[in-house]
Amino acid sequence: MSIKEVMRRFRSERLAFVSFIFLLIISIVAIFAPLITPYNPNAQNLSNILANPSFSHWMGTDNLGRDIFSRVIMGTRTAIQASLFAIIIPLSIGVPIGIIAGYLGGIIDDIFMRIVDAIIAIPGILLALGITAALGISLWNAMIAIGIVAIPQFARLARGQTLQVRTEPYVESAKISGAGPIWTMFKHIIPNISPPVLVQASVNISFAVLAETSLSFLGMGAQSPQISWGSMIQQAYSMINLNPWLIVYPGVATALTVMAGNFVGDGLRVAIDPKLKKL
Amino acid sequence: MFFKFLLRRLIYVIPTLLITTLVVFSFILLIPGDPVVALLGENATPEKIAQMREQLGLNDPILVQYGNWLLHAIHGDLGKSIFTGQPVFEAVTGRLAVTFQLVFISMLVSVGLGMFFAITSVYFPNSVMDYIARFISILGASLPNFWVAMLLVVFFSLTLNWLPATGFISITENTAGFFKTVLLPAISLGAVGMAVITRHLRSSLLEVMGADFVRTAYSKGVSRWRSIFNHGLRNAMLPVVTTIGIGFGNAIGGTVVIETIFAIPGTGQLAVNSILQRDFTMLQGVVLILIVLVIIINFITDIVYALLDPRIEY
Amino acid sequence: MTSKEEWPLLEVKNLHASISTTKGNIIPVNSISYSIKPGEIVALVGESGSGKSVSALSIMRLNAPEIKYKSGSVINYKGKNLLELKEKEMRRLRGNEISMIFQDPMFSLNPVHRIGKQIAETVKLHRKVTPKEAKDIVLDLLKKVGIPDPERRMSNYPHQLSGGMRQRVMIAMALACQPTLLIADEPTTALDVTIQAQILTLIRNLQEETGISVLLITHDLGVVAEIADRVLVMYCGKIVEEGTVDELFENPLHPYTKGLMASVPELSEHSKRRLETIPGSVPNPLELPKGCNFCDRCPYASEECGEKEPVLTKASAESDRQVACWYPLGKKGEINHYAKTSNFS
Ligand SMILES: Nc1ncnc2c1ncn2[C@@H]1O[C@H](COP(=O)(O)OP(=O)(O)OP(=O)(O)O)[C@@H](O)[C@H]1O
Ligand SMILES: [Mg+2]
Repeated sequence: MSIKEVMRRFRSERLAFVSFIFLLIISIVAIFAPLITPYNPNAQNLSNILANPSFSHWMGTDNLGRDIFSRVIMGTRTAIQASLFAIIIPLSIGVPIGIIAGYLGGIIDDIFMRIVDAIIAIPGILLALGITAALGISLWNAMIAIGIVAIPQFARLARGQTLQVRTEPYVESAKISGAGPIWTMFKHIIPNISPPVLVQASVNISFAVLAETSLSFLGMGAQSPQISWGSMIQQAYSMINLNPWLIVYPGVATALTVMAGNFVGDGLRVAIDPKLKKL
Repeated sequence: MFFKFLLRRLIYVIPTLLITTLVVFSFILLIPGDPVVALLGENATPEKIAQMREQLGLNDPILVQYGNWLLHAIHGDLGKSIFTGQPVFEAVTGRLAVTFQLVFISMLVSVGLGMFFAITSVYFPNSVMDYIARFISILGASLPNFWVAMLLVVFFSLTLNWLPATGFISITENTAGFFKTVLLPAISLGAVGMAVITRHLRSSLLEVMGADFVRTAYSKGVSRWRSIFNHGLRNAMLPVVTTIGIGFGNAIGGTVVIETIFAIPGTGQLAVNSILQRDFTMLQGVVLILIVLVIIINFITDIVYALLDPRIEY
Repeated sequence: MTSKEEWPLLEVKNLHASISTTKGNIIPVNSISYSIKPGEIVALVGESGSGKSVSALSIMRLNAPEIKYKSGSVINYKGKNLLELKEKEMRRLRGNEISMIFQDPMFSLNPVHRIGKQIAETVKLHRKVTPKEAKDIVLDLLKKVGIPDPERRMSNYPHQLSGGMRQRVMIAMALACQPTLLIADEPTTALDVTIQAQILTLIRNLQEETGISVLLITHDLGVVAEIADRVLVMYCGKIVEEGTVDELFENPLHPYTKGLMASVPELSEHSKRRLETIPGSVPNPLELPKGCNFCDRCPYASEECGEKEPVLTKASAESDRQVACWYPLGKKGEINHYAKTSNFS
């Protein structure tokens, strides 16, 4: 199935398409965040702390008088960066590993699959936590950890596709005509693998945002003055007696982004295989 | 026959155990620079560094190190905490009971409510319950567990004052206290699983209820309830068993966050504390034991699946 | 054969079932009327999509919920209109007095229950029996439907049985409460040819033994010839011809019936000859042709056929034969009053 066809059907999945637009907007916001924020998100104003929402502070201010809206906007950067890590790292490491394993087959493939299955069995957050701890606590390392955790899924996907494509006659004939085997694989697998990889990538956006906010929440991701929805929620929680509303804004932002990633994934899945359209 | 089958599955688990433990062990390789310096801090004395090096066996090749570590681990020796000097194995197992209680209740919540919502939504299509179930299954899976926890705390602890916001009482101490303290964390931990199970079971049940054999059941004079419970549910549960197994693993992972929020003295909290204290051996130990737990649960899931599906030959 | 009383056990009158879809109304069953007498085997034949299953499932009230019956539709069973029964009363009849077997035994049995349990369920639903009695009944039934080693087989799961065995289990299940009416919806279509014959023989023998009435649905006239007493021919949701098996095979009145007969190997007169199929295909239920629905495919159709729809009427004074055709065929397939060149055999 061509990617064009998938896209055409995807567009008719309304919820998924709206979610896709939402993610697109979030990404644009993330790129231009410093231009959009009405205030310096880290500027304190101790004369105006825990202010209620108003025209000047749409979401109010926190305990240090910082503008919550500006901070939520800046938080998109961290979330989108984490998502990019969770897509680019596995794409550039997992996919090649999967293709090579699938192509070589035999015992190497067996061993490879065992390893992948075993790692997938480890709850993602635990793995990310361990890797972050080892690399040293920082937002950068947390994102690398999130990316590493996502590798096995992509590897498994790529391997599955490779096994399918490997037996196709055009690959065989390419081999006979002297094309480099690995090159041939890549050339034929990349287009075939694109739809499922897109699904996995959008699901990974959800995972990345959840993992990043969780790690930041635990103090193992964003470090002040870096801004993450997770650390915002954590700070808000310590102030929850004073103003429970503070947890709402970053929480809703996180939930919406995660949801959007999931919806896009669902929509793509249906677009690839319309039989799934049931819920 | 069944015993042989168990054994075969058990043997299949061994490589998984080896690989996951190797992964956990090799975290140490990721530590940038000299791990011992990283562990002990820049101003550690050279003797201390040498001692630690010896203790961690860092002078041997990595596979030997892993072999030694594994050998010790099998004997319940996961080394000593760098921070407190306490044996890691005891520290972790001492806290395991708490985490286990929490995870168990959270799984009861997610499986119980998930099945309830899925079944009522299939039995009463287009009813209020159906819409609630669909709403939950769409939104629930996307809510961060720590955020759910906070909303629950704001509502049930701070506003209504019904349940405590922090703390934990073991079921062995005080049953009423246990349920009071475990309820909010268990719901926060199980919410995502509940949503996923609702969604998965609902679609699976809807599909099964359209199957030929359900029509056969109706043609025998079976009522709708009976057709769902006696004929639909067990078939529909088959694919969901795997989902439940995955949910278990996620719940165990989620304890890291939830135990921190609710100040529950379990293994999740221990993991977070040991990271913040740079207690690497402790972290390794916790993660290792939690992963072994997850693998055991996956194994049980496999067995349950085989027991539920007669088409799988032992 | 057991004696056949004259009052009908089942009397279907003006049964009309429709589904409204986004593209328009489909009428799978369009005002059909027929009856089944006690001890009679009535065959309902027609090509795929002619509405056989929908009309059969109407009797059980097991059609998909989107299928609606027009008011005025009546299915009288022992004098009660089944379409007006409460669901609870209906449940008491299903599997107890009226039971059904389906086309594909592969999927008709619950894969996770032992077959003994599945048969026993029918018994337990309708009779007060102890587990021991239920087990004896199951064993007895399995023996009756010719399953060897029933003691062992009853604890088998469906996947451990062959297709033929599974259909036997279905039959055992259907007969568990000694019903008075058995509906068999293409019970042999999914089976191998040799197994088909065995299952048909089984149905026939069980029918003779118990005197049960059977509504046998099939698109295979060979099956009909083998076991039915009377035949209803269905096309596009309507009954186009009715008669006893002998009458029908001796002298099909409707060109469609004749076409069906020509497409069955054992029935065609010159069996060496290439089998003929009816030209064209079943019309789209959303765009039924005007007039006689068969006129597009009928070699004898006149202009008139495409304008006015023929109704089912008695074909002769002395028998119950009925046909819905403007130009019924005469003896040996010749057209009665009006002749066009025939493409049929
Ligand atoms: N649930 C439904 N929704 C939409 N259309 C339906 C439904 N059930 C039956 N139909 C339509 O009604 C018509 C008659 O279907 P039915 O199953 O009764 O045919 P049949 O004679 O039993 O054919 P077959 O030999 O294939 O079993 C068909 O055109 C079918 O598409
Ligand atoms: Mg049918």
